[in-house]
Amino acid sequence: MSAQTVADKVDRTDRLGIQQPRLPRLAPLGIAAGAAVLAVLIGVLGGLGSRIQWGLIAAILFVVGLYVISTVVEGGRQAKDRLATSLVWVAFLLAVVPLASLIWETVSKGIKVTDGYFLTHSMSGVVNVAPGGGVYHALMGTIEQVLIATVIATPIGLLTAVYLVEYGRGALAKAVTFFVDVMTGIPSIVAGLFVLSLWIMILDFGYSGFAGALALAILMMPVVVRSTEEMLKLVPNELREASYALGVPKWKTILKVVLPTSIGGITTGVMLAVARITGETAPVLLLVFGSPAINNNPFDGGQASLPLYIYQQWGAGTSASFDRAWAAALVLIVFVMILNLLARGIARWKAPKTGH
Amino acid sequence: MAKRIDISGLTAYYGDFKAIEDISMAVEPRSVTAFIGPSGCGKSTFLRTINRMHEVIPGARVEGKVMLDDENLYGTGVDPVSVRRVVGMVFQRPNPFPTMSVYENVAAGLKLNGRYKKSELDDVVEKSLRGANLWNEVKDRLNRPGSGLSGGQQQRLCIARAIAVEPQVLLMDEPCSALDPISTLAIEDLIGDLKTRFTIVIVTHNMQQAARVSDRTAFFNLSAVGEPGRLIELDDTDKIFSNPSVQATEDYVSGRFG
Repeated sequence: MSAQTVADKVDRTDRLGIQQPRLPRLAPLGIAAGAAVLAVLIGVLGGLGSRIQWGLIAAILFVVGLYVISTVVEGGRQAKDRLATSLVWVAFLLAVVPLASLIWETVSKGIKVTDGYFLTHSMSGVVNVAPGGGVYHALMGTIEQVLIATVIATPIGLLTAVYLVEYGRGALAKAVTFFVDVMTGIPSIVAGLFVLSLWIMILDFGYSGFAGALALAILMMPVVVRSTEEMLKLVPNELREASYALGVPKWKTILKVVLPTSIGGITTGVMLAVARITGETAPVLLLVFGSPAINNNPFDGGQASLPLYIYQQWGAGTSASFDRAWAAALVLIVFVMILNLLARGIARWKAPKTGH
Repeated sequence: MAKRIDISGLTAYYGDFKAIEDISMAVEPRSVTAFIGPSGCGKSTFLRTINRMHEVIPGARVEGKVMLDDENLYGTGVDPVSVRRVVGMVFQRPNPFPTMSVYENVAAGLKLNGRYKKSELDDVVEKSLRGANLWNEVKDRLNRPGSGLSGGQQQRLCIARAIAVEPQVLLMDEPCSALDPISTLAIEDLIGDLKTRFTIVIVTHNMQQAARVSDRTAFFNLSAVGEPGRLIELDDTDKIFSNPSVQATEDYVSGRFG
């Protein structure tokens, strides 16, 4: 008797009791399709207008159906596993559907007027209610304000995180952590009001892109601190000790060993913070004031920015301005997406090499 | 090159907890001294006091004297950073810097301390890697990441990194405990070569290893959990393993304890 047939025999007899009936591999997919069809039927027959209701009914039918069928065929333990898996899938869809529909909505409505002219012209000489004009001034304003905010907030945030992880002990570190937490929760309008009262009303500077950048920097800093802190904590202590044991001073260990090891994650954190402030409207509204014309000087006079532009165009209330608002929203999303891709690229490029 | 270490009345704390108490011993230059003893008896703590790595841990402190020839490492005005350039250390788990290549890892000590000439660096790296018996295995991939090597190679890379800064003393904290027998043998052979140039102190849980590599062996023990560890006996390795003068040592090395 060959080894193969022996194995077959053992399998069929199942003396150990390790074989259970299993649903076919594609069964969950079939049940999902069945649940969808049934949900549509119920929706049509029951006269339910909302597609969201249809989707929810399908989701419930899918979860319950798979659980019941699995209990009958496979037994309780497998059924629980199926239940958890299907819940995860439903949650995944619940998260993805709004995101996908948001992107679809923006692209389909925004692509209409997004062209070379739109990207390279300002609203100078164009009334908000009339067609024409472009987003160039707002794009430049956003880039400059975000850049200045990043240049201010990143070093401060980075150094704060280095202090908290590498040096901070006792009351001061606790206080810093506490205030960073408080800062994380500051609404953007409050940051805007703070800069307004300090920079513009007390110190008597005018409205400018820089004033907006200051408020954005305040919003960005705690995010940078938090993410950098987590990344620095991930660096194994053994690396620090290896460096100390070579007679390398602490500051140089941090600069040459700890930071390079975590630079990928830190970059990602900074980029996420940038993405967060790019969409801020309130401080820009208070401090930058907006401008229909190109103003490339962030230190003097009003500037536009993408979120503010969207807000103003939406407020103008004509179909031409709605188109421009959607197009600007598309530009904003693409801008943030490019930043994120950039961050991922840098993170991958700088990540510790495994050598495989 | 190698120096004599003379330790007297050394007590080390973690916060309020006294980890080791009143240890005195001498370590001869160009010899291998092994520390053995049960887990938690303070071998590693004691080892880390010799290059002032103990105090890196928050709340940790040391009392007593560690003389390197005629200089007290705990004297006033002694910079712990400088001490660590003289007393190098190899850790239990291989820990090459993940962002650096094989070459950069070996050169790290010199480069980060800024005390090197570019032309000399190649020579130092080659000499150190040869000294760590690793040159032939990595000479064609010096620019590949150090973390891409096998565990045993990584540990020898760490040894090369440690000897590249030309220390007087080399401390090894269970350098083979994460390695397979073949890599362990490679490191043990290496220790035999290195002791002609350095004073070596090695912590090990493997008594055969202590018997194989060391000239002298120190046995540490603690009377109970929560009590500080103490040095029980320090003698020639042959004597410790054949005819120790303290009963506790004999019980430990022969496996009769508890």
